[in-house]
Amino acid sequence: MSDKTYKAGVKDYAATYWTPDYEPLDTDLLAVFKVVAQEGVPREEAAAAVAAESSTGTWTTVWTDLLTDLDYYKGRCYRIENVPGDDTAFFAFIAYPIDLFEEGSVVNVLTSLVGNVFGFKAIRSLRLEDIRFPLAYVKTCGGPPQGIQVERDRLNKYGRPLLGCTIKPKLGLSAKNYGRAVYECLRGGLDFTKDDENIGSQPFMRWNHRFDFVMEAVQKAEAETGEKKGHYLNVTAATPEEMYKRAEYAKSLGAPIIMHDFFTAGFTANTGLANWCRENGMLLHIHRAMHAVVDRNPMHGIHFRVLTKCLRLSGGDHFHSGTVVGKLEGDRQATLGWIDLMRESFVPENRSRGIFFDQDWGSMPGVMPVASGGIHVWHMPALVAIFGDDSCLQFGGGTLGHPWGNAAGAHANRVALEACVEARNQGRAVEREGREILTEAARHSPELAVALDTWKEIKFEFDTVDKLDA
Amino acid sequence: MTMEAYGPTTGRVETFSYLPPMTPERMRAQITYLLQQGWNPAVEHTEPEKAGSNFWYLWKLPFFGEKSVDRVLSELEACHRANPGHLVRLIAYDNFTQSQGTAFVVYGAR
Repeated sequence: MSDKTYKAGVKDYAATYWTPDYEPLDTDLLAVFKVVAQEGVPREEAAAAVAAESSTGTWTTVWTDLLTDLDYYKGRCYRIENVPGDDTAFFAFIAYPIDLFEEGSVVNVLTSLVGNVFGFKAIRSLRLEDIRFPLAYVKTCGGPPQGIQVERDRLNKYGRPLLGCTIKPKLGLSAKNYGRAVYECLRGGLDFTKDDENIGSQPFMRWNHRFDFVMEAVQKAEAETGEKKGHYLNVTAATPEEMYKRAEYAKSLGAPIIMHDFFTAGFTANTGLANWCRENGMLLHIHRAMHAVVDRNPMHGIHFRVLTKCLRLSGGDHFHSGTVVGKLEGDRQATLGWIDLMRESFVPENRSRGIFFDQDWGSMPGVMPVASGGIHVWHMPALVAIFGDDSCLQFGGGTLGHPWGNAAGAHANRVALEACVEARNQGRAVEREGREILTEAARHSPELAVALDTWKEIKFEFDTVDKLDA
Repeated sequence: MTMEAYGPTTGRVETFSYLPPMTPERMRAQITYLLQQGWNPAVEHTEPEKAGSNFWYLWKLPFFGEKSVDRVLSELEACHRANPGHLVRLIAYDNFTQSQGTAFVVYGAR
């Protein structure tokens, strides 16, 4: 094809990258950005600039453009939509050919899609709202090391959400005292306890000492109760070498699950660790520190549903999702949207939940959403209604703050959970009848009665900052 | 309420084992639910000392396509009569997720 000649200079992005007649291919990676352009920049030009700068383009024409078939490789904006209720912003839909991306690398996808373009001067603000990963790309990624079905079978937990607790105070305990807190929670009826994400290997408690005491606690609680238990041993570390060393040691102690902070550690570390977990039969719990820095501002950054999709591709068996009802931000409909993205094999477009594209996950295992952060026993009915069975509900202060201690706190939460599940199965409206369900259950459980009395007034009723555009 | 000593917790058997033992009426409601989900009920039993194994004895084959709550109840009772010292649990196979939609011990807990 030699019909093009080289002409140096700058031409409008829209001439090349705005293609409203384009029909996206099933293999295209699709993205939708919320764009606010600088004053005087037309929408089509701003949208095309985003497409160009996140794919093949740069600010000027270069002769080497003509050595390849850019029409094959370029990203293109194929649709522009208004943002409901905001006339300063618009949605730009961009299609990228699959060959722009290295197989199995969410790192490579993000480097293109949220790279330079986010600092581009002609754009005032930019938010990546959603990505449609084509099934052909999904199949190149490892995904969750085990998945929900394998986790349930290994741990023998069926027909209910799992129950966990983050050990507090989050910093400062010695390894033996920390193990004590774990033992008390697990023997009282929890399935899991969790390292707080801040816990690495500080001077007050080195990681290997923690792993030793915690695993003794897990195994003793298992032997006493007859139930399978685990503790998320945090292997997040300063270097990949150290991370793998801690993972290997956790395995040598018989731990069923380890933990990683995917965003501070990065997707490269996370994907590597997920691969290690798959090969070593280990469950992987994923924390999300730093996510709100990039996902909470409704005008700029990356929406959490995108981080959710990236994490499912990179690999994790549990992923923090917010609670809707606890102390941390999370709109209810949006949360229902991203917990579908974690668990389901096909998620259809649903704008009322903020989902812009159909997403086919093929045979990729599901991730279990983890609800954690300022929840207590009064929230149990709402949590069971919102999250359903395939979830892990984590009460930190809501377990450890029980007036009789961790074991009683754990027992109270377990009774409340099972009472809500039983009531739901009976066809009762668990959320609306929550008070009666918990009060009835407390008649057989003094631990629950005390918990209900302790936290009866605590609520977190603040407006959501990141609302769906409607 | 005053502080109470919290002794060892023993012999728990997963889902519903922190609630009072099931009455026949509550049992019927749970069986009705699992049949409504389209799950296939099955009954398993084991000696209590072997409860930690993943593989209990299967009481007959799973009751594929069973819609009768009474039939499920009578199989649970028959299994219990034939194995009086055993734990007996009801399983609901979910062939969509290739997992169990629910499972809970009906006889012999604690």
